[in-house]
Amino acid sequence: MKARVLVTLKSAVLDPQGKAIEGALRSLGVPGISSVRQGKVFDVEFDGSDPAKAEATLKDACEKLLANTVIETYRIEFVG
Amino acid sequence: MKAAVILFPGSNREGDVASALKHVTGVTPSIVWHADTDLPAGTDLVVLPGGFSYGDYLRCGAIAARAAIMDAVRAHAARGGLVLGICNGFQILCESGLLPGVLVRNARLRFVCREALLKVERTDTPFTRRYAKGAIVRYPVAHGEGNYTADTETLKRLEGEGRVAFRYVMADGKRDDTQVLNGAANSIAGIVSEKLNVLGLMPHPENHVDPLLGPTDGRALFESIAGVLERA
Repeated sequence: MKARVLVTLKSAVLDPQGKAIEGALRSLGVPGISSVRQGKVFDVEFDGSDPAKAEATLKDACEKLLANTVIETYRIEFVG
Repeated sequence: MKAAVILFPGSNREGDVASALKHVTGVTPSIVWHADTDLPAGTDLVVLPGGFSYGDYLRCGAIAARAAIMDAVRAHAARGGLVLGICNGFQILCESGLLPGVLVRNARLRFVCREALLKVERTDTPFTRRYAKGAIVRYPVAHGEGNYTADTETLKRLEGEGRVAFRYVMADGKRDDTQVLNGAANSIAGIVSEKLNVLGLMPHPENHVDPLLGPTDGRALFESIAGVLERA
């Protein structure tokens, strides 16, 4: 079983990296982009096949290590 | 006094801080490997040195904060033992929950390596009592992620409780709000724990100790610690 964890900065937290990327896109002439926020993606593989158990494990992993909940939020998706 | 400097893979300032401690106290601290589970018996001071533990992977200090030795460091802090985190050590303290908030990428995305002017905001902590009240000191800084941030409530609490130990200032002593250095909230350079026994700061006092290398503004920090522990 595979899961994807997305960790993103909370909306109130400034993201200087996202701002720099946004500026670079603008200077490349890529049109229509009003804002860019950078985040992280973790692709995780599981041995078992119990999605409830996997979700609980991943939630624990996010709280313990993958996300710093002072500034970040996380979302867990199952990808089949 | 017995000091233990924790060594993580990627630490690189453990020698600097060990040499500063030896210079000021005459005693060489022990270097403790991160995978150990106990501190040497009778440890008075734990130092988390600067560097790039685990290559700054995931987030600065995040993986080191979960190292085996950190349970012993937490227990030491809970007993009232002194803990000093410098630069990456400050990041580790924040990631481990020993200090609130977090250090993120410098506002201008640049690694800053220069001297910074700091105001010693409190002189009644075990780390700062040898400084004059309101003293302006020069410590070097060398970091890419020294932009201290916390939610509004935490910042309010830190300020209300007077837990900002060091603040970046301009030459005239006024708070440096230009954001040129790293963009830290309220220009915070270092904070202490509620019981004042844990200090985390981004600048490097250990590099301004020996007159051979120039300024000695950092010396009083180590003298403060030594003085407190001698009396204990």
